[in-house]
Amino acid sequence: MIESMTPLFAVLTPLLAIPLIVAARRMPDVRESFTIMAALAAFALVASLVTQVDANTLVGSGSWEVVAGIELNLRVDQTGLYFGLIASGLWLVTCFYSIGYVRAHDEKNQTRYFASFAACVGSTLGVAFAGNLVTFLVFYEMLSLATYPLVIHSESPKAIRSGRKYLTYALTAGVLLMAAVIWTGVTVGNFDFKPGGIIEPDMLDAGSMRVLFLLFLAGVGVKAGLMPLHGWLPAAMVAPTPVSALLHAVAVVKSGVFGIIRVVGFVFGPETMHLYGLDGLLVFVAGTTIVLASCIALRQDNLKRRLAYSTVGHLSYIVLGIALLSRDGFAGGMLHMVNHATMKITLFFCAGAIMVHLHKDRVSQLDGIGRAMPWTMGAFAIGALGLAGVPPVNGFLSKWLLCEGATDIALIVLLTSGLLNAAYFFPIVHRAFFRAPSEEVAAKGEAPTIMVVPICFVAGLSVGLFFWPDLFLGMARDVAAAVFGKGAA
Amino acid sequence: MRFDLLPHAPVIVPLAFLVGAMLAVLGTLFRPRWAQPLAVAVSAFATLVAAGGLVHVLAEGTIRYQLAGWRPPLGIELVMDPLSAFLTLLMAGVGLLVLIHSRPIVPRELPGRETAFYAASLLLLGGLCGLVLTGDLFNLYVFIEIVSLSSYALLGIGSKRAPFSAFRYLVMGTTAGSLYLLGLACIYMRTGTLNMADFAAIVPEVADQVPVQIGVVLLLTGLALKSALFPLHGWLPDAYTDGGSTATALIAPIGTKAALYAMLRVTYFLLGPALVADGALVADVIAYLGAAGILWGSFLAMSQRELKRMLAYSSVAQVGYIALGIGLASGYGFIGAVLHIVNHACMKACLFLVSGNLRQVVHHSYLPNIDSSVRRKMPWSMAAFSVAAVSMIGLPPTAGFFSKWYLALGTVEQGRWVLLASLLISTLLNAVYFVRVFEQIYLRPAREGAGGRPASGEAPLSMVVPTVVFAVLLLVLGVGNALLVDHLLLPMLGGGAS
Amino acid sequence: MIEFFVDHYAHVSLSILIGIGFFGMVAKRNLIKKLIGMSILQASIILFWIVTAEKDDATIPIIRKGDGAVDPTEYVNPLPHALMLTAIVVSVVTSGVAIALLVKVYRNYGSLEEKDVLGQM
Repeated sequence: MIESMTPLFAVLTPLLAIPLIVAARRMPDVRESFTIMAALAAFALVASLVTQVDANTLVGSGSWEVVAGIELNLRVDQTGLYFGLIASGLWLVTCFYSIGYVRAHDEKNQTRYFASFAACVGSTLGVAFAGNLVTFLVFYEMLSLATYPLVIHSESPKAIRSGRKYLTYALTAGVLLMAAVIWTGVTVGNFDFKPGGIIEPDMLDAGSMRVLFLLFLAGVGVKAGLMPLHGWLPAAMVAPTPVSALLHAVAVVKSGVFGIIRVVGFVFGPETMHLYGLDGLLVFVAGTTIVLASCIALRQDNLKRRLAYSTVGHLSYIVLGIALLSRDGFAGGMLHMVNHATMKITLFFCAGAIMVHLHKDRVSQLDGIGRAMPWTMGAFAIGALGLAGVPPVNGFLSKWLLCEGATDIALIVLLTSGLLNAAYFFPIVHRAFFRAPSEEVAAKGEAPTIMVVPICFVAGLSVGLFFWPDLFLGMARDVAAAVFGKGAA
Repeated sequence: MRFDLLPHAPVIVPLAFLVGAMLAVLGTLFRPRWAQPLAVAVSAFATLVAAGGLVHVLAEGTIRYQLAGWRPPLGIELVMDPLSAFLTLLMAGVGLLVLIHSRPIVPRELPGRETAFYAASLLLLGGLCGLVLTGDLFNLYVFIEIVSLSSYALLGIGSKRAPFSAFRYLVMGTTAGSLYLLGLACIYMRTGTLNMADFAAIVPEVADQVPVQIGVVLLLTGLALKSALFPLHGWLPDAYTDGGSTATALIAPIGTKAALYAMLRVTYFLLGPALVADGALVADVIAYLGAAGILWGSFLAMSQRELKRMLAYSSVAQVGYIALGIGLASGYGFIGAVLHIVNHACMKACLFLVSGNLRQVVHHSYLPNIDSSVRRKMPWSMAAFSVAAVSMIGLPPTAGFFSKWYLALGTVEQGRWVLLASLLISTLLNAVYFVRVFEQIYLRPAREGAGGRPASGEAPLSMVVPTVVFAVLLLVLGVGNALLVDHLLLPMLGGGAS
Repeated sequence: MIEFFVDHYAHVSLSILIGIGFFGMVAKRNLIKKLIGMSILQASIILFWIVTAEKDDATIPIIRKGDGAVDPTEYVNPLPHALMLTAIVVSVVTSGVAIALLVKVYRNYGSLEEKDVLGQM
C-alpha cells in the first residue's frame, strides 16, 4: 500500500470549498469560480490516482481515528477509484451545466444549492474511498444529510413533502446500516473491506446471516433504489434538474449500488453469499425491480419521473450483475455503473434544458422540439439508444457483458427490459423529431450554450466509451478477478 | 518561590464558585449590575484552573486531595482523575458560556433579582464541580443537595407558575436525596466506610449481604429520581418549561447530568465486578428503564408545541441514553455514557440558548408561530440550532452520532437487540420532531405583517457567540471523539472497573 | 415475633416514621402538609443513621490523657453523628427554600391547596 495524502485531499477539497462558497454568497461569479476550481482540483486529484492504483496496489491516507480504535480509513482500491472517477468527473461537467441552469431558471438560494452540492460530492468521494465499514457509514450518512437541502430546494409544499419522504427513507436506511455495520464488526472483529469478503461462512448461523444481509440490503438498497425501497427517488425529482442528473442518477444512487458491491464482494464474499442462498434473493429483488420499474416508466408522462423509473431499473441491472456471482456478471455490472452514469446524465441534462428553455416537463408536450433544439435532442437520442442497448453507445457493452454472465432467467429479464426500455424512450425521440412543432416551440432556438456544451460532451463521452472502454473495463475485470480470486467462479 | 496552583486545582475550582457566590451576595447587593461580570469572571477563572488541572492530571497522574489534611478513609478526599478533571472542565466551561449568554436575559426576565440569580448560579456550578470531584459518598450527598437546592431556587424565580413547579421538583428532589441517604446508611452499617476507593475494595466481601443490596438499590433509586430516569421523570418537563431561560440552560445540560455522573461512579467504580457478577439485575433494570425512557421521552417530545417543553421531554430521552450506557456495564457502555454526558451537555446547552435567543428577539418560543422570518433575522442562531439538532438526531460528523455509535456497539456486543432497537428507533423519532422545527425555521413562508416590518436583527453578540461556540464544539467533539476516548476514558477503564 | 419487635423497636418505629413521611408527601394535597411529610421523612432518616451508631455500654469517644489502652468497643462511632449534623443543615435549608417557594405560590395563586393551584393554571 502506498501512503499518500491524495485520497484525503480529494475528499476534503469539495468540503473545504463550502465555506468559500458561503463566504462569496454576494458575488455569484466568484462563488461559481470556487465551485469550478474545487471540481477541477477534486477531479485532478482522483485522476492522478489512476496511474498509482492497480490490481495489487492501494493508495491510502489518514491516521485519524474516527471512533476509538478505528481509523478514518481512506484507502483507494480499484473499486473505489472507479466510482471516484465517475463521481468527480461528472461533477465537473455538471458544474458548468448547473451554472447555466440556475441562472437561466433564476433559482433562489443559489448559495445553499452550490454549497450542498459540494457537500454531496465530498461525501460521495468519501463513500468511494472508504476502506472500512465505519468510514463508509459515516460518509454515507453525511451524504443523506447533504442531499436533503437539494431535495427541498424549491421550498414548495410538494418539495417539503418529498423532503420528508426522502429523509424517512434515508434515515431509516442509515440506522439499519449502522446496526448491520456494528453487528459485522462485533462478529468479525474488524471493519475492513477485503476482496472476497470478511465474513466466513461459519461465523454466524444461517438465520442470523440472512438477517444481517437483509439489514445491509435495506441500508444500502434504499439509495440503490431496489424495490420496494425506491419510493423516494421519483419523489426527489422535484429537485432542480442538475441535482437529479448528478445525484439522483450518478452520485447518491450509485453510492447505494457501490454499497452493494462492497457488501457482496468485500464483506460477505461470493462464497458466503452462495452458501446461504443470498445471491438468489438478490437476483430475485433486482430482476423484479428491473421489470416492474420499466413497466411503470412506460406509464409516466412527466419526463423526469420517467427518467427516474428508468434509473431505478438500470440501477438494478448493476445489482443483478453483482448478484449473479460470476466474473462476467460482476464486471458487467461495474461497467454499467459508468455507462449508465454517462447516458442517464445526458438524458437528465436534456430534460433540464427543455425545462429551462421551453418550460416543458411532460412527454406529451415534446412534439417537434427536435427541430428547435437539434443538439439537445440529438444527445437525448444517443442516451436513449444506449440505455436500450443499441450500439455504438456504451450501454451495449455492459449489457453484452451482463448477458454473458447471466443465467437463463436473468437473461430473459435483461432482454425483456431492453425491449421495454426501447418502448419508453423511442416515443420521446419520435415525437421530438417526427412530429410538427407547435408555433411556440418553433419560435425558439437551441438552449443556452453553457448548457448545450456539457450535454454534447456527456453524449460524446457515452459514444467514446463504446469505442475505448479499456480503462473502465480493465478496472472492472480486475476487481471481479480480485473478488472471485479465492472462491467459486 | 512560586506557588504552584495546579496540584490544588481540585479544591480551588469548587471553592472559587462558592466564594464567588458569597461575593456576589455581599458585593453586589446594592450594585446588581456587577453581578453578571463577577459571575463570568469567577467562572472564567474556574474554567482556566479546571483546564490547567486537566493538563496537570494527564501529565502527572491523578491528584488525590485530602481536605484539611484529614487522611482518608475518615477524612474527605477530592479525586481529580482524567475523567473527573475533564467533567469539571465541562461543567465550568458550560457554566461560563451560559453565564456570558445570560447578560441581556436576566435583567429582562428577572428584573431586580440579578444578585440572587447569579449567586444561586455560582452555587450550582460550585456544587456540580464538587460533586464531580469528590471521592467520598457522604460528601457526594452534600454536593448533590447543594446542586439541588440551588436548582430549586433558580427554577423558582421564573414565570408565575415557576414556584409551584419548583416546589414539586423540590419534593421529588428531597425524596431522592432521602432515599440516597437511607441507602447510604444501610451500606455504611456493613462496610463502615464512606470513602469511594476504600468502599470499592470492600464491596466484593459484602456484596451478598442483604442490607448492602437494599442499600445499593435505595441509593440508585435516589439517583435515578434526581436524574429524571423514566418512570421517575414526571417533575422535569414542568420545572424546565416554567423556569427562566438561563436557569434552564444551566440546569438541563449539566444539572441533571450530575446525578447520572454519580450513578456512573457508583455502578462502574464502586460496584464494578459485583454489578456484573450477581445476575446483573440492577444493571439490567437501569438499562431497560433507560431504553423505555428514550422511547417515551421521544414520543412525548413529538407532541409538544413549545420549544422549551419539547427540549425538556427530549432531555428525558437523552437521560435514557446515558442510563442505557450505564446499564450495559461494559467498556463500550461506559464510553458511550460518558461521551453522551459530554455531548448532551453541549447539545442541550446550545438548543436552550437558541430558545433564549428566540425569546429575546421574537419574544416567544412557541413553535406554531415560528416561521422563516426568524431565519432571516437570526441566521447564526438558527445555524447553531441546525447543528445541535443534527447532533441530537445523531448524524455524522456531529458529536451525537459517535456516542450513539459506542452505545450501539455495546448493545450488539452483548446481543441485546431490544436495547439496540430502542436506540435506533429513537434516532428516527428525534428526526421527526427536529425536522418539523427545521421546516418551520427554513421553509415556512414568513407571514405578512409580522415579517413586514424591518427585521430587528440577530440577538446581541454576547448571546450569539456562546451559542455558536457550542455548535462548533459539537463538531469538534464529533471529529475528536477518539482522542477523548483514547486519552481519558480507556485509561479509566483499565484502572478501575469491569 | 414479639421478641423481634422488642429487639428492633428502634428500626421498627423508624420504618413507621418513614412510612408516615412518605404518605404525607404523596397522599396529602395541601402543600404545607407535603412539606411536613418531607420533614418527617428527613428526620426519620437522620435518626436511622444515629441508631446505626448505637452501641451498648459505650460512651462518647473522647479520650483523656491517662486513659491508658483504648478499647474500641467502649466508644461510640462518632462519624454518623458528625455526618448527621451536616444532614440536619441540609434539611433545614431545604425546608427554608421550600417555605420561600410556598410563600411565592401563595402570593401568585392565593391558595396552598394543590387542587386550587392546578385549577388556576
